Formats: sequence, structure tokens, C-alpha cells
Amino acid sequence: MKTIKEKHSLVMRWTHWVNFPILTVMIWSGMLIYWANDEYKITIFGHTYVRFFPDWYYNLLHIPARLAEGMAFHFLFMWFFTLNGIFYVAYTIISGAWRELVPQKKSWKEAWLVLLHDLHIRKMAPPQNKYNAAQRIAYTAIIVMGIGSVVTGLAIYKPVQFYYLTWICGGYHFARIIHFALTLGYVFFFLIHVVQVVIAGWNNFRSVISGFEVVNEEPKTVTKE
Amino acid sequence: MSNPEKNKQPDTGAAVQKQINRRNFISFGTFAVLGVAAFGGWKSLYNSAIETTGITGGAHKPLRRALNKSELFFRNFFSNNHLVKTYPKSMAAKKVRQNTSIGADSKLDADNWRLQVKKLSGELLAITLDEIKALPKTELIFDFKCVEGWDQIQHWGGVRFVDFVEHFGLQPETRLNYVGMETPDKGYYIGLDMDSAMHPQTILAYEMNDMPLPVGHGAPLRLIIPVKYGIKNLKRIGSINFSNHRPHDYWAEQGYDYYSGL
Repeated sequence: MKTIKEKHSLVMRWTHWVNFPILTVMIWSGMLIYWANDEYKITIFGHTYVRFFPDWYYNLLHIPARLAEGMAFHFLFMWFFTLNGIFYVAYTIISGAWRELVPQKKSWKEAWLVLLHDLHIRKMAPPQNKYNAAQRIAYTAIIVMGIGSVVTGLAIYKPVQFYYLTWICGGYHFARIIHFALTLGYVFFFLIHVVQVVIAGWNNFRSVISGFEVVNEEPKTVTKE
Repeated sequence: MSNPEKNKQPDTGAAVQKQINRRNFISFGTFAVLGVAAFGGWKSLYNSAIETTGITGGAHKPLRRALNKSELFFRNFFSNNHLVKTYPKSMAAKKVRQNTSIGADSKLDADNWRLQVKKLSGELLAITLDEIKALPKTELIFDFKCVEGWDQIQHWGGVRFVDFVEHFGLQPETRLNYVGMETPDKGYYIGLDMDSAMHPQTILAYEMNDMPLPVGHGAPLRLIIPVKYGIKNLKRIGSINFSNHRPHDYWAEQGYDYYSGL
């Protein structure tokens, strides 16, 4: 028999979906800013593999020569990004939901088994509650990355007033690199995340909007049918 | 949205299905409505009117308000005790980056150059470079930060603005809220909040790497203000004025934050 099983709280769903457009605007406006000094690339042994970003990419997204506009958007949406993040983290701590989220001692080993399972190398996945071991690591990491973005962001936004943050981030120059690298991390996370959600299917996806999953349960006690 | 206490185990599969449908309808409906509203809100922000150019210009009106409000918030963290990090002389760049020469691209008439300071009394000071050089010299080797995103460790020498103010008796002027500076041809101009101008590391520089300022770096006298982006570090200062109203500012008129503080 079909049964409703509660899965995600309203706060979790709210902050998840609010974060999505905000982060999109932050990444977009961040690119408008980055364009003005686009010096990052991946070079190994003198050969440049990736240049952030090629001209066709900038032109496709209409990025060039919009630095002031980018800063104005970035410095408005930083507030929403930060407040939404604080709201989620505070809720997770107060409600105790962090217990389902934060990696446990065994998660590190189990995550490997989850990975093998997802890659169809191993048949059995380790038993799990709300999140499996790989999810615990990924979803906690993304929160840590969010905090990292706020801290490195502040470190390059007010490097004199928040000199201690800038110092913690390895200086102004390095803080900007971390800030950029974290953004690449979000994009990478997003790609994997979407693939996993598609594979996991409708029931799982719905739970992040409706809050519940539908499970088939054998009734324990016999009811009149 | 859902209270598990209320969801008493329904008797039949049909009742469960009905509840699933109901909750799906409510949550997906809400999701769609909020999604459309968010998109509409974004569209109206993205297409919001550009401010009419006055002291500031070029920015969407709501974004300009946000920039100004953010300044008011972060101003609470400003302190004269917060100093920009300084470096040993050996780390200073030999080839100092030069971005623009707006307002300083005409030929410099060094002999006739005077720094004009407009006092509250209406008196106009015309200060020679030698008078400025006679004041105690302060050297600063710090990481210069451009609004574009690059930074470079640079070595500047000159007179602290606070020392300059004290020597020329400008204390009454510094009770006003803002300082304005302009190039002699008025092609480039900046406005500073008084706290930033009076920061102990704000200097009127006449030396770079122990040599007199090159023309491209703002000879004979330029502003070095580490609590601001490079756009506020005016080259070839021609005049200084004081006001309770924000002085006009070249880049603030083009969509940048008026304060651009670091």
C-alpha cells in the first residue's frame, strides 16, 4: 500500500530553491566583474589547457565591459545569498537536522562504496537514512563552500577593514583566486547534482518541492478492506 | 506546510492517493507561483530605470540605493586603527602598472603648478611642491588594488593628508563631510568621505620608488589612498575643496559605487 513518508522540511526546500536563482545571479554578476581582469588559467608544464574565459564565451553571454553593473548586482545579491545561507545553517543546527547531514566517521569509507554503486561497479549500496554517505559529504561540503565564498568575498570586498579575514585567506590576491575557484566548484557540483537527480527519479525530485516521498509499505496490521 | 500529526493513517489506498494529489497540487502550485513571481521580480530589476546623472549616474536606481545602503552598513566597521598591510621595500614592483591618464594626458606645466586649496573662508591657497616636500615625508609600500581586480605592491612617498591638513590650518574644513579633488584641467575628479581622507595612510604622494613621480603616474602630486580602489587615487592633483555635500566623482557618474571603499 502507498504511504506518505515525510522527507524534507519546508525550510530546507525554501532555502534550497531560493538559493538557486540567487547563486545564478551571483555567478553571472561575478563573471561581469571577473572579465575586467580575467587572468586565471590552468597551465601545466607551460601548456595552457583552459583559459577563463575564451572570447566566444564572453560574447555569447554578453559579458564584456559591464564591470560597474556586475559589481552593483553582486553587492546587492550578496546580502540575499548570505542571509539565506545563515537561515539554512541556523535552522539545520536548531532543528537537529544536521545529524542527517553532517558526515559521520563511517561516511568516508561508505562514500566510496556509494560511488562504486553509482558507477555500476558494485551491486549493493550501503544502507542509509535520509542521505547516503556521499550525499552527506557533498551537501556538507557545499555549505562549507558557501561559507568560504562569503569569507573570501568579504576579504576582497573590504580587505583593509577585514584585514584579519584577508590574512586568513592568504592575502588579497589569493583570496580572489579562492573566490573564483569556489565558483567553479559550484558549477561542478551543479552538473553532478542534476545528473544524480535525474537518475534518482521523480519521487526523489518531488520530495524537494512537496516535502514527502511515496513508499510502498506492507500494512503491519490487517485493516478492513 | 504539512503537519504529520494531522496525517492520520488513512483507511484506504484511495484516500492516500487523494492526499498525495492534494499535497502535490498545493506545493507545486506554490512553487510555480513563487517561481513566476521571482522571475518577474528579476525582470523588473534588470529592466529598472537608470538613475538620472547627478553626483552619481549610470546605475539602475534600485542597485544604486543598495550600493549606498551597503556603504552605510560597512562604514560601521571603518576605523583609523585598521591599516592596510605594508611590505618590505624589496617587494615593491619596479615596473608600476599604469592604467589611465584621464585628466592628466595634457602636457604638464610643472613650473607653474600650484595646489589650490579652497578654504571655508573663501581664501584660496596656492601651495608649491616645495612647500609640500618640506613637510615630514611618509613612505607607504602596500598592495594597490584596482577596481578591475588586479593588485600590485607599490612604493609611494609623500605627505600624509592629516599632516598636510594640520600644517596648512585646514582643521575647520575637515569638520565637513567630504573632500573633493580635481585635476588641473578638471578632466578627472573624485569625492572622498572625510574619514577615509583623514585615514593615517592617506598620502599626497610626490615620489614613487624613491624617485620623483613620473608624469604617467601623476606628477607632480597624486593621491594615494589605500582604503579606496585605484579609481579614487587621483593623479596630478590641481585643487582640493571641502564640502558637506558629496563632490562630483568621475567614476561614480559611470555606474560605480560612490564610496568604493576597501
